[in-house]
Amino acid sequence: MKKHAKTLLVINAEGVLEKPLVRDVRERGAQGWTVTEVHGASHEGVREGSWEADRTIEMKVICDAAVADTIAEHVLATYAPHYSVALWFAEVQVLRPERY
Amino acid sequence: MRAAMIDVVVFFFLLGVFARLVKSDLRLPEALYETLSIYLLLAIGLKGGIELSKQPLAALAPQVLACLALGFVIPFVLYPLARALRLSGVDAAALVAHYGSVSVVTFAVAQAALARENIPYESHAALWVAVMEAPGLVAGILLARWALRDGATRTNWGGLMHDVLFGKSVLLLLGGLMIGAVAGEAGTAPIKAVFIDPFKGVLALFLLELGLVAGGRLVEVKRFGPAVLVIGVLVPPLLALAGAATGRALGLSTGGIALLATLAASASYIAAPTAMRIAVPQANAALSITAALGITFPFNIVIGIPLYIELARRIAP
Repeated sequence: MKKHAKTLLVINAEGVLEKPLVRDVRERGAQGWTVTEVHGASHEGVREGSWEADRTIEMKVICDAAVADTIAEHVLATYAPHYSVALWFAEVQVLRPERY
Repeated sequence: MRAAMIDVVVFFFLLGVFARLVKSDLRLPEALYETLSIYLLLAIGLKGGIELSKQPLAALAPQVLACLALGFVIPFVLYPLARALRLSGVDAAALVAHYGSVSVVTFAVAQAALARENIPYESHAALWVAVMEAPGLVAGILLARWALRDGATRTNWGGLMHDVLFGKSVLLLLGGLMIGAVAGEAGTAPIKAVFIDPFKGVLALFLLELGLVAGGRLVEVKRFGPAVLVIGVLVPPLLALAGAATGRALGLSTGGIALLATLAASASYIAAPTAMRIAVPQANAALSITAALGITFPFNIVIGIPLYIELARRIAP
């Protein structure tokens, strides 16, 4: 089976950022993404997701490495100064590269 | 205060706070919380709407305008106080926006208290709630922009207004009001068994959950020092006076004055944190939420509402 290398970018962010993040990743060339609701903690504090204003999302984007870099740079510059944001990359393999 | 003055739903809230403070594993499922909040908003709207159909629209206009003005002015009045308590400009602006906006659940508890004491009120009061959600947020954002004065801060007013006006709470309140107004008493009779009769039981369950959430914020109070405590406890009664005076000037009934006092005194912990987070990211969100949800909300439903009802009794014509 032929496999193709792609980059998985995972962004954990405050729930209010979902809409802007979806817009941003789309504008920067991501063809798809998934968003799930999560809860957890970082050195900035605990986010339990116990009501509307306390939600945290995890957004996963699989794309080319260059696109992932552009998105990550933008997220760091735009949101990281004032919002709780965590992001990381992983190398993944996909079967149908044109989908990403 | 006599125990009888405390409405039964408030005990559920206190149980939730207690559960949180003793670190119980009690937690309502997210989906239930979501369902209950949709139910409450729709039910409050419907109940108001049934009566709205009987009102001449011209009589409502002064009330709507007064509610808009009240919500908009509150942040400007509170801002210097918050600054005097040594909060930074943006933190003060975001905080006062929460107080300009309103808490629907506080309103529902006030309605329940009035019903229990057999004090009639304007049953279309849900309209005031819907109207008072946004103006305080706009005022808070204007204050934050003025506090920053960096010229670089842009506000996406269109997106923001869309999120507030078409967000869950205003949409469901106004939607319920309209459905109730169009369908009327007879039309809503078949759904009464779901939306009207069990209301108080649902409110009790929702307050249990809010008790858990508020209890979690309560332990944060020490992080922010006395300023949050002062604002959380002193501001609501002051705002209640302004709300009651507005109600008196509008010629509202005793119950109506109490409800408007409650709305003025209440602080938003759903619409405001979300809107301020987007519009004023520099502000400390935890500070505002601790004041609004950790202090003011419990204060209002346990102590404030009986006070505001007493105040209304005294100043009503």
